[in-house]
Amino acid sequence: MAAEAAGPSGLQIHPMDQFMIKPLFGNGEIAFYTPTNVTLWMALAIVAIVVLMVVGTSSRAIVPGRRQSVAEMAYGFIYKMVEDVAGKDAVGFFPYIMTLFMFIVFSNFLGLLPMSFTTTSHIAVTAVLAMLVFLGVTIIGFVKNGVSFLGLFWVSSAPLALRPILAIIEVTSYFVRPVSHSIRLAGNVMAGHAVIKVFAGFAGAMGIGAILPIGMITAVYALEVLVAFIQAYVFTILTCVYLKDALHPSH
Amino acid sequence: MANTTNTADASQDAFRAAEEAAGGLPQLELSTFPNQIFWLAVTLVVIFFVLSKVALPRIASVLAERRGTITNDIAAAEDLKAKALEAEETYNKALADARTEAAQIVADTKAEIQADLDKAIAKADAEIAAKAAESETAIADIRAGAEEAVKAVAKDTAKEIIAALGGKADGRTVTSAVTARMKG
Amino acid sequence: MEGDLAHIGAGLAGMGTGIAALGVGNVAANFLAGALRNPSAAASQTANLFIGIAFAEALGIFSFLVALLLMFAV
Repeated sequence: MAAEAAGPSGLQIHPMDQFMIKPLFGNGEIAFYTPTNVTLWMALAIVAIVVLMVVGTSSRAIVPGRRQSVAEMAYGFIYKMVEDVAGKDAVGFFPYIMTLFMFIVFSNFLGLLPMSFTTTSHIAVTAVLAMLVFLGVTIIGFVKNGVSFLGLFWVSSAPLALRPILAIIEVTSYFVRPVSHSIRLAGNVMAGHAVIKVFAGFAGAMGIGAILPIGMITAVYALEVLVAFIQAYVFTILTCVYLKDALHPSH
Repeated sequence: MANTTNTADASQDAFRAAEEAAGGLPQLELSTFPNQIFWLAVTLVVIFFVLSKVALPRIASVLAERRGTITNDIAAAEDLKAKALEAEETYNKALADARTEAAQIVADTKAEIQADLDKAIAKADAEIAAKAAESETAIADIRAGAEEAVKAVAKDTAKEIIAALGGKADGRTVTSAVTARMKG
Repeated sequence: MEGDLAHIGAGLAGMGTGIAALGVGNVAANFLAGALRNPSAAASQTANLFIGIAFAEALGIFSFLVALLLMFAV
């Protein structure tokens, strides 16, 4: 609808084309097992993670090299976050939280390569990540605390008359969590990439002398590098916050 | 039941409409969702196993090893420091001992020299006293000798003077007179 | 006609994103003011800063989502 408005003679900008999912081989129907560009870029994310976390630490050096330092820094960063935010008893969930962080941060950064495909810009991907966290946290909450987990919604420090209203707000915000959790990541990544594409379209239309759009692309790109990390950080820290609610539901 | 089929139909219609729209948002193309979710699940499982089986235990062990090494090194350094302190203490003690010994030797030597000196002084004093006494006797002798000589000279002189004056000198009288004069 | 109305709605919903930006700016500004007043405590509160920003941003993202849905799905 949007692109149709621009006729063949008009400005041809398709900022959303970069998010198209295409089969890697041929041009057929996309079944669930078809290798697509999603598969390719997720596989590259796995390769990058393996290179950093496994190959980089293979020397087990006491005085670490550059790659081992980065791997240890990532480990310490997430470990400390889990310990500080979710509590000491949440350390058992550290490998899964580390998986989430590494996947998101590498997908975001690989998505910043020109001509690449950003897996985390897709709501389907982030929604699955967020739903895994949401369902996992809810199940952990009920398993660890039983029915008293529902005390999370009953704010005992508030006046009695306010508590039912607060309970409604708390329940609503609880169920909105996976939505905001997933849309935040996908929305940020998608918006940034689309903005870059729009400026790239301007630059293409202006040809030589497109200094302003190229400057804007550079600026937005720098912002996107920041956003790529911060969104991974925010996703991870919110996971820790939700996990803390599940482990210690007292308000 | 009918309601659900209706919503399903509606979503199907919306989906078809979205697909037909050339510029539709790729994120909302439901036909690609199973593909993405399948590959995401595969990716997450692979990353989870790579991290939890290989990478994270390895990094944890490296960090623990490093902590151990650092602790050991610090302990060793502390050991060495204690040893150095001990060595310094021994050195200081030896120095102090040597000092007291030296002071002792100095004092002993001083006392010895003093004793020798005292003895020598005493001996010298005694010698001086003896010599003085000897000299005194000698002086006394000389003095006595001199008195005798003076007496004899006076007698002779008196005799001579008497003889010269023409008298006859009586030896005994002259002697007693001279002696009386000399006493006076 | 219906599509045009949807586009107008999308534009109106998109304004919510800007209003959420005010909220995010408010969070960051207050954090900075507090951090300058007590710099020693600032480092320990960056996690809370990001959590606050994330919550403030969430509602803006809802309006962004509504705008997208109006643009492409209605």
